[in-house]
This record gives sequence, structure tokens and C-alpha cells, in this order.
Amino acid sequence: MSVTNATEENVVVRRRLELAASPLARLQRMIEIRFVEDRIQDLFAQGLIPGTTHTSQGQEAVAVALGAATRPTDIVCCTYRGHGVALALGIKPESVLGEVLGRQIGCMGGLGGSMHLSDPAIGLLPTFAIVGAGVPVAVGAALQFAILKSDGVAVSVFGDGSTNIGGFHEGLNLAAVWNLPTVFICENNLYGEYSPIATTTAVTDIALRATSYGMAADTVDGQDVDAVYESIRQAVDRARGGGGPTLIEAKTYRYVGHSRSDKAPYRPEGELDAWMKRDPIDLYAAKLAASGELDGRTLDEIRSEQSSFIDEAAAAAVSSPSGSVAQMFAHVLAPSGN
Amino acid sequence: MRMRMNQAITRAIADEMELDSRVVVFGEDVAVAEGPFKTSEGLLATFGPDRVRDTPISETGFLGAAVGAAMTGLRPVTEIMFIEFLGVAFDQVVTEAALMHYLSAGRFNVPMVVRASAGSGLGFGCQHSQSLERWMLGTPGLKLAVASGARTAYGLTRAAIRDNNPVVLLEPRALYGEREDVEPGEASIIELGTAEILRDGTDVTVVALGQTVQVALAAEASASWSGEVIDLRSLMPWDKEAIVASAKRTGRLVIVEENQFTGGWGTEIASYVSSTAFGDLKAPVVRVTAPDVPVPFGQELEKRFLPSPEYVVQQVDALLATNSAPAPWWKEFA
Repeated sequence: MSVTNATEENVVVRRRLELAASPLARLQRMIEIRFVEDRIQDLFAQGLIPGTTHTSQGQEAVAVALGAATRPTDIVCCTYRGHGVALALGIKPESVLGEVLGRQIGCMGGLGGSMHLSDPAIGLLPTFAIVGAGVPVAVGAALQFAILKSDGVAVSVFGDGSTNIGGFHEGLNLAAVWNLPTVFICENNLYGEYSPIATTTAVTDIALRATSYGMAADTVDGQDVDAVYESIRQAVDRARGGGGPTLIEAKTYRYVGHSRSDKAPYRPEGELDAWMKRDPIDLYAAKLAASGELDGRTLDEIRSEQSSFIDEAAAAAVSSPSGSVAQMFAHVLAPSGN
Repeated sequence: MRMRMNQAITRAIADEMELDSRVVVFGEDVAVAEGPFKTSEGLLATFGPDRVRDTPISETGFLGAAVGAAMTGLRPVTEIMFIEFLGVAFDQVVTEAALMHYLSAGRFNVPMVVRASAGSGLGFGCQHSQSLERWMLGTPGLKLAVASGARTAYGLTRAAIRDNNPVVLLEPRALYGEREDVEPGEASIIELGTAEILRDGTDVTVVALGQTVQVALAAEASASWSGEVIDLRSLMPWDKEAIVASAKRTGRLVIVEENQFTGGWGTEIASYVSSTAFGDLKAPVVRVTAPDVPVPFGQELEKRFLPSPEYVVQQVDALLATNSAPAPWWKEFA
């Protein structure tokens, strides 16, 4: 197992806390996520990764804003497109890459894989591979905060494809009825798997659905990390203050297909290029350069630094042994008793 | 003290809530209305609206909430009014709750209980009369137990609430109003995964579960043979040791099941015992089950569906007489 000792746990929590403290750290983390996702695609191409994976290039701003606007003691339920969120919340690149490869260094020791990343130290429940499943689970975590009188907040982050399944509606309704400290963040990336949103969803502005549950809503530019941060921060403050749940819709875009086998031929010509002109990393780098917050470095220098960092992480992940057979049998049932 | 099964369940929940403030109860009409089957009478008044909650008719919503609450520090006890309603929320039990311990490499526990009424006998028709324990059989990460009356309901409910794993606890609907002696207290807690020999016998081992336990006892009482009657009590895990030992002693095993023949819970028991105790068996293992049809509504037909004591006696008589498995009563229809 990887993240089991206190030192490792401290690294993960520290990585989380960096985001709230430093704009530069947010930029670096977005670049880190982009490079890890790209690296995962490379490792697939080399035949090192079994199964499938769902990467999030283009959506980095939402993940990083989420990590910056919440605390390690909050709870996050995320979907199978969760590498970016896991990294943003603090899990180390070698733990994510290792898990995707099924290695012992992975955050689940190779038991979970690409779709199931978790670390209790930063409140990330195992990411959910069933569309919509994590939405009511977050409501339950919020119920726990409410009953145990803590000021924690539970966040559910999911795609637009999740908003047509029952669990989404049941979860939002329950959070509203019980007035629980929950923040629902929809990354509207315009496609539910292979299908454009307009062909599957009666309203293409997901935030409208909050009205049905009498909850606050916000729509935000998902490519602008500061804007997403501000939106989440307000929702989190409302939740902590007893003001109940919020539905945030972040308008964003995934540069890649749904999963590794999907080349996204269904996209209209020019759509990808138009979105790439509003790349969240480029936008934020330009903003920080203008405000003098790059610490005198250039974007290229920062990228190069992150690239070496990910090279090292990937080397550690690839050289880690396969998950152990003993682990495979160790965690079927928890020890009985309470 | 004498109490009805629904009172025993309520008492078990209350006893655990008293001891552990993390135990919370929610489900449809469990708080203000005190449960459609009166399995939460007085809980709201005693423990308050924070810990005893009515939910919307929204099984995915509240079972999902139970998963999240359990993973983060509470011990939710949820009620599925009729086990059939689990169908709309099955993902949360078998794919979320059951797998989260594994998917976190042991770092998250999911100490939640899903209580559900189950089974035939009350004239509710085929969408509200199924036993359905087979839906969950063979799901790693999940425990499954079935009450056979007030006493086992009390002991299993307390054990389920204390367990660190998700536990599905089925309660035969027809037995909620039946009275038994129950001694509330720690000593009456029943360890999950243990069977109980209710009657010693020499000719045949009769394994039953849920409401067929009374059927098996009544059959044995009126029969010419001596049966060792065992209440299996838990299906996941099930008490292999006790059942195999008894089958070896008597040399014959008959399993009495409320579910339909195909894929019923007894197939697992029959397979395991046949494989591991083959040399000690004097006759083939026999499963006495319901036929492969939905539960019929009309009173006479519904009664016919569930194995009766008379039918169990006939089947065991035939087994003892011929040393081969008898045909079921429905052979001319299916």
C-alpha cells in the first residue's frame, strides 16, 4: 500500500493546502494534471495499461478550483473521470499513475484502477464508476456532518451525463429536503459519453435543474480557474453556514473522447479548436504573467519543471511491482464489530 | 419476555441507538408513522428527528446517503419497505456499499444495515411477496441474514448494526405479528454467519431459513422420522461447518426454501455439502422449494406456493423410502 504512513499523508495534505495558498501552485497543478493525463495516454499506447481510462484534458480548472476552495476535512465524491480531481485534492502523480497501471505504488495498491482513486486523508471517497452513483453518497456524507455537528461540506462532482439518471435527482432532492451542506458541481463538457448534450438532455443549461429542487444555483466559465474557485467558495460558505446545497454548472470541454477507444468523431469541425483557444492553463498563465505572479519564471520554464516531475513520477509508477495477491484477499470484508 | 417480531426489531434498534450515538435510522415513513410494519415504534420520540428520519420515496437517494453516511462516521439503519423496492436502488447495495471497503484497500468501512420485509403469505401479490435473497448471493463485501421470528430478529438486528460491513437483513413479512420469547440484552446478540440447531435428530438434517423454519419444525413434529432442524440464519457468510457436520451425522440433507427452485439459496448449500460430504451421505441432497412461478395472489394459491409442513413430510418420507430425490408437486405443470 502506498499512502498509509503519516509522512506520506502529510505530503498529500500539504499538496492540497498549497492550492488555497498560491495562485502559482494552481497553475502548476493544472499543468501537472494535463501532463499526467497525457502520460496516461502514452502508457496506454505502450500497452502498459489494461482496460480503459477516462481523461480530463481541458477540464483542469474545475478540479483545481475544487481543491483550492475546499478543505482536506471535507468530503468529495467524484466520477471515473477523476484523475484530475484526485491530483488536485492532493494525491501524488505516482499514486495516480501507479493505480492506473495496477501497481503497488497506486493509491489503492492496484486494486482499483483508473476509475477508482481514493485517499481518506483528503476526503476523497473511491471515485465512482457508475454514472450518478456518487451524488446521493455525497448527500449521506453531508448528513453525517450535519448530525455530528461538524462544519464539513460534502461535494459531488460529476458530468452533464450524470444529470439524467435517477440518482442525481434523488440526491439533489434529498439534500434540499434535509437542507444539508452539499455542493453539487456539474462539469458540463457538452457530451455524455458519445452523445451531444442536446440529443440527450431536455435542458442544456444544467443549472436550471436546481429550480426543481428549490436550491441555489450558479453558472460559471469552467475554463477560468478563478471564476470557478469563487463560485465554489461561495457555495461552500453557504453550506458551512447552514444555507443548504448549491448546484454549480461549470461550462467546460474535454479535449479527448469519452474513453481511450473514443476518437470523438462526433464533434463538429472547429469545436475543439475553438475551445482550445480558451485553454484553462493558457488563460491562467497569461493572467498570472500580467499580474506578476509567475515568480519571474516563464510558462515554458514552469511546464518544463512539471514535465520532469511527471517523468520521475511515471518512472516510479512503472517500476513499482504489480498489486499483491495478499492485498486482493485482505479487503473483501472489514473486521467485524464496532 | 413475549414480543412480536416487529417489537423485537424496534427494541434491537433502540438498544443499539442507546449505546451508540452514531446509529441513525432512515427510510420511508419510519419516523412519524413509526414504520409501515411498526418496526420503529417510539424511536422518533426517544431519539429525536436528527437520528430518526423520514425520507422521500427515493431508494437510490436514501441508500446512497446511507453509503456516504456510513463511510464517513455514522452507522445508518435503513428500511426498504418491501424488498422488491431494492430493485430501483440495487446499485447502491451491491456495487457501491459492498465494494467500497475493497475499493479503498480497506481504508473506508461501510457499516450500514439495509432492513427489508420479504416473502409471501400476506396476499400482497407478486410484486410485494418475493423473498429475493438470491439477488444478493455471491456478492463479495456484503453480508446477508434472514430472521425467522422475534428472537432471531432481535439478535441479528443488533449484530448487523454492530458489524463494520454492509448487512442486508431480511424480515419475513408474515412474521411481524408473531410472538416469541425474547430476552433483550447482549447475550441475545446472534453472531452473523452462525446457524442454530433447533431440534436434534438422527435420520435427516433439515435446513431452513426465514419463514420456512417454522414449516420445517412443524413438519418434523408430525413426521415419523427424526429430523435435525437447523435455522441457517445467515446466508453470507453461511455456517458451512454446522451444516456439513449435521449432514455427516444424519447422512441426509433436505433444504426447505421459500424461493423458487431455479437458482434458490439452497443450491449453494446443496452443492457445497454434496461436494464436501459426499462419502458420508446416504442419499442425494433434496431441495424443497416453491415452483418456478411468480407468487400468486389468491389465498389458496399463495398458500400452495410456499412449501407446507405436509409437503415437507411427504418429500422426506419419499426420500427415506426410495433413497432418491422425489419429484416436486408441480411436476405435471412445469
